[in-house]
Amino acid sequence: MILFQYLSNGLILGGLYACIAAGFSLVWGVLSIINLLHGSFIVLGAYIAFFSYTVLGIHPFVSVITSGIVLGALGYVVQLGLINRVVAQSVLVTLILTFGLELIMNNAMLVAFSANYRKVILEHSLGVVEIGNIFIPLDRAASTLIAFLLILALWLCLRLTSIGRAIVAVRFDREAALLMGIDVKRTYAITFALGGAMAGAAGSLLSVSFPISPLSGPLFLSKAFVICILGGVGSVPGAALGGLIFGMLESFGAIFFGSEYALTLSFVVLILLLLVRPHGLLGVKGF
Amino acid sequence: MTRLQLSLVLVATAILLAMPLVGGNYVLRLATIMLMYATLAMAWNFIGGFAGYPSFGLAAFFGLGAYAGGVVQSTGVSIALAWLAAVAVGTLFALVLGFILLRLRGSAFAIATLVVTEVLREVTNGWTGLTGGGMGLNLPFFGWSPSALSAFFFYAMLALTAVTFVTTFIVAHNRLGFGLTCIRQNEDAANIVGIDTTRYKIYAFTLSGGFAAATGGIYASWIGYIEPGDVYDVLFSIKPIVMVLLGGMGTVFGPIFGAVAFLVLDEVVWRSFLELNTGILGLLIVILILFLPAGLASFDVRSLWRRAVTP
Repeated sequence: MILFQYLSNGLILGGLYACIAAGFSLVWGVLSIINLLHGSFIVLGAYIAFFSYTVLGIHPFVSVITSGIVLGALGYVVQLGLINRVVAQSVLVTLILTFGLELIMNNAMLVAFSANYRKVILEHSLGVVEIGNIFIPLDRAASTLIAFLLILALWLCLRLTSIGRAIVAVRFDREAALLMGIDVKRTYAITFALGGAMAGAAGSLLSVSFPISPLSGPLFLSKAFVICILGGVGSVPGAALGGLIFGMLESFGAIFFGSEYALTLSFVVLILLLLVRPHGLLGVKGF
Repeated sequence: MTRLQLSLVLVATAILLAMPLVGGNYVLRLATIMLMYATLAMAWNFIGGFAGYPSFGLAAFFGLGAYAGGVVQSTGVSIALAWLAAVAVGTLFALVLGFILLRLRGSAFAIATLVVTEVLREVTNGWTGLTGGGMGLNLPFFGWSPSALSAFFFYAMLALTAVTFVTTFIVAHNRLGFGLTCIRQNEDAANIVGIDTTRYKIYAFTLSGGFAAATGGIYASWIGYIEPGDVYDVLFSIKPIVMVLLGGMGTVFGPIFGAVAFLVLDEVVWRSFLELNTGILGLLIVILILFLPAGLASFDVRSLWRRAVTP
């Protein structure tokens, strides 16, 4: 059944996409800024995985942790030192600031890593398993599983920990949260760090399946955006659902239109969705 | 317009009109690029400066105009017709897109316009039969001498810049400009006092798209070869924004001053750092946002002087 093959492909892609979008959605929802650095964060995470594997022999599934920590720390510093200064200003100001930072980061990565595409080629690949007539590449399936576990962890962190509740409180009502004694600036920085950590982890997972170059940052960013709107801004389960839908669209769209129109197709779906349901599929307040 | 501004405009026009007679090809090329960016900055100013809607999609219209003009011109019709086609396609696309996207506010609108550029690039790349795909599109060469060509395209760009400037001036002193400024300050309040905000925003977006497409059309004929990665470059969206931020948002003269200042910087400083070009642009943006919120006007010469002389 070729149909089930496409279904499983879409599912596997979707998990990775959900992971790309979750952090982006969180930052957008809580800080109401669009982090144009997100694409470059993902790419840097993938490079960390690449060099960890080729130089130190650390498996990308393990370097998910280091990528997450490094990018989380970077996000924390960037938010605390730079973006917090203008976070209350208009969208244009914050957006153009993150764009400026993106240019710097992208340029630095181009100089450091060159524009060549690189991919982690695993020596001890888990191989492919065949169930019925469906082929499932196990490495990809494993990375999707880890992606969903990470999203679950993020969701639980927002639900159960005190810092998570603080983040949600700031999202609901900044002023009230301030009056309740929450350090809003620090909460912003932690939120941004969580977004960065998710991006870095996603980058590590991606490095097994996709070739990576500094040039692929904008594409990841565009996808994260579309997924985020599909699922509803700021909602972590929404990002997971949006990611799955996006994966399916890309997988099935490839049959009918060819894979080169993946982004166009999902964008058209997005516009149609905006016309009927402007807040996305799971676009409710809260997490 | 004050008398100072009027005389400034007249002097600038006189210098520009005489330029092909005195300047060499290099100077003309530089001046044409300057005019092009001044036009793009003014085009962005309609939606981004007056209405305060952060459009990141100028490159989409620029590229669309370039390809519409280029494709029409390759069929062998006159160049004026090709440019008209560029304007028509760009304006129509902006109208339809504005109708859909202007339901989004703030950040969602901004990034949606960014994605539109990616989508158009993808479509142009894929539609090989019409656009030549990734191979690019060669435009017919019309056998003039290099100096005649550069003078011709200089005057064409100058005419477009003049039209854009006059339009900006009219809009600024008209209901539309007033309404757009209200939208920038407080959209809900503007709606309540009876401004048809959606219609005004669509007008601004359409003006922005039309002029950007016209610029793209002239650019394509001037350069003679276009490819998707080149004309849909996101820097065509970003540089005009930086120029307007440098010069002053929602003003008549700001975009032009900003464009000139930016390109002078470009020519003097960045030529020596080819590899770090975009990084330095990023640094400029960060400095501009964090330390010069009013653009170049933040350098108040008189107050600096006062601070310098008072002990």
